[in-house]
Amino acid sequence: MDLSIILALDAIGGATTLFLLCLGLAIIFGMMKIINLAHGEFVMLGAYATVLSANAGVNIWVSILLIAPISVGIIGLIVERCLIRFLYGRLVDSMLATWGLSLLIVGIVTTIFGNTMMGVPTPLGGFAVGSYRSSYYTLFLIAVALTLMAGVYIVMKHTRFGLVARATMQNPAMAATLGVNPAHVYMATFSIGAAITGLAGGLLAPISGIAPGMGAAYVAKAFITVVGGGAAILSGTLSASMLFGPINQLGAYFTTPVYGEVILFLAAISLIRLLPQGISGRFLKGKL
Amino acid sequence: MISRRNLLKTSLTASAAAIVAPAIISRSAFAADPILVGSLHDQSGTLAASGVPMVDSLELAVKEINDAGGLIGRPLKLITYDTQSNIQQYSQYAQQISVRDKVAVVFGGITSASMSAIRPTFNRFRIPYFYNTFYEGGVCDRNTFCTGTTPAQTTQKLVQYAMGKSGKKAYIVAADYNYGQITAKWMRKYVQDNGGEVLGADFFPLDVTNFGSTISKIQAAKPDLVLSVLVGANHSAFYRQWTSAGLKDQIPIASTTFGAVNELATMDAAESEGIYASFGFFDELTTPAGSTFVEHLKKDYPGIPYIGELGAATYEGVHLWAEAVRKAGAIEQMPVIEALESGISFDGPSGKVTIDHATHHTTRSAYVGQVKNRQWSVVESYPDNPPLDTAGVCDLIKNPRDSKQYVIDI
Repeated sequence: MDLSIILALDAIGGATTLFLLCLGLAIIFGMMKIINLAHGEFVMLGAYATVLSANAGVNIWVSILLIAPISVGIIGLIVERCLIRFLYGRLVDSMLATWGLSLLIVGIVTTIFGNTMMGVPTPLGGFAVGSYRSSYYTLFLIAVALTLMAGVYIVMKHTRFGLVARATMQNPAMAATLGVNPAHVYMATFSIGAAITGLAGGLLAPISGIAPGMGAAYVAKAFITVVGGGAAILSGTLSASMLFGPINQLGAYFTTPVYGEVILFLAAISLIRLLPQGISGRFLKGKL
Repeated sequence: MISRRNLLKTSLTASAAAIVAPAIISRSAFAADPILVGSLHDQSGTLAASGVPMVDSLELAVKEINDAGGLIGRPLKLITYDTQSNIQQYSQYAQQISVRDKVAVVFGGITSASMSAIRPTFNRFRIPYFYNTFYEGGVCDRNTFCTGTTPAQTTQKLVQYAMGKSGKKAYIVAADYNYGQITAKWMRKYVQDNGGEVLGADFFPLDVTNFGSTISKIQAAKPDLVLSVLVGANHSAFYRQWTSAGLKDQIPIASTTFGAVNELATMDAAESEGIYASFGFFDELTTPAGSTFVEHLKKDYPGIPYIGELGAATYEGVHLWAEAVRKAGAIEQMPVIEALESGISFDGPSGKVTIDHATHHTTRSAYVGQVKNRQWSVVESYPDNPPLDTAGVCDLIKNPRDSKQYVIDI
């Protein structure tokens, strides 16, 4: 019984991490069809922002929840203005350019901060379920993910900005004729996507190894999840995370971590084969 | 007032000196044609934290030898290539350093994969090669000298010590490649040798970052001790997640990899406190030779990361080679190898290091340390450990033409 509670927590924790990692990418990919291969590096920048500010004496919660998303959001804005805005509608070029960008960011961070970095300890500590122990931080991650989900839903569904953004996503030309400037919408969406990715990096910082190359470990899984989820930003990402996160964690538990990864990728391949448009392309059509 | 005759005299002397000087200079330059020493280490990329102190230690050893008048009347000159944590660069620079630079000896390679990539090149070009990293053991090659520790020297001591402090039941978590797999096998053997039992072993690809399910699995198995061979920055997340679940104070961890580089500098005290590890050298060693070595390096390279066994073994490797060159009076391959095989030893920072003729590994000291407040505290020393693991498969006295890495049957 205790074990099944802990396992359920592992599974939900896995889904939560994946959801947090993917939401920013899904917004950028879903709305603008830009494949941002520097996604992992945005995660890394968020982690660095958290670690640097926490080590400089800033409160850990402020570092995670404010400094990480704001600083990566600003970086995202600069990147959009200087690079991405020339690449809308050019899928392959955007992949090449953002891949170059990822190498550049890793190089810059390595040059400034070196190859390793003093991390931050995990706040909150652990709790016991019977004879098993787990971490409060996992519960905190779940809470943040739920809040973020609600936030994105409300903004997209119930604000003017959300309406304009969805309109631009569906038909940029029509939105433009109605007086919306798609360039501004893209700019805002890209930096919001970057900020959410930065937040994910900040949230992962206390439970990860901090190094300039850390983004590489996340980027493949994030893409699989976004593609598996399909076009709907929220419901697609959520359903794919809820599917792949537990598969990965439970696969690793019942077999070995190596097979955990293999099972995850096999599941992703089968899913894309059966549902080429992703989960939301088949079951959640027209949902956000 | 200068008379005309005086002026003439001085200018004559001056011009005579000017004519003779270049001759003297060029002749002395010819006598002191430098001996080229090659270095192939990752000074950038993911392995830089390991490679940088190795190159610094190498430079220190070369500088010491030069300050003492060089070798056989010639100074040493270091040729360094940064292999950028990329195996392809290793192969390329190994060719370059052999063919273009024509060095007399090469020190280099960090992962055993990089060593395997460059070892054949130096055999082909007849350049003695020193590999100075702790690794899984088994290399048997007359041209190659491995100065780092192998599992029989460290893992055995570590398992024995940690089991004595905790209990008989162990759980192994290891990186999923050559080094992790083979070291885990050794751990299994040593746990059984000490009358214990391995409850489970999990292997992780190097890009795994979420250890939640494994931590649950370990808890379900209820071991007395966790043995870790986790490698790299991604895997350091294990120690974070383990601590955040509050398991740190319940089940002790012993590792063959933790703290070899700068884990202690990058982790919080709560995450590293109490972890056991065993290496051929710790910076915190209080022996005079050990602390002098660390002091010199910290003075010359203020930003140097943790030095550890990697740096100490590199430094000792250079001095062992230098002893051999002095003894042979030559830098050519065969005389140097024969001199090294004659039982050359060097009193280095880690203690006495002797080259073992049969295996081309070293008989050296091993230490077990425990983390106390983000520093290693050396809790046990074991002098003069022969490389027993490799000795079981490799005998270069009988088969001098052998040139391969054995997978030791455990």
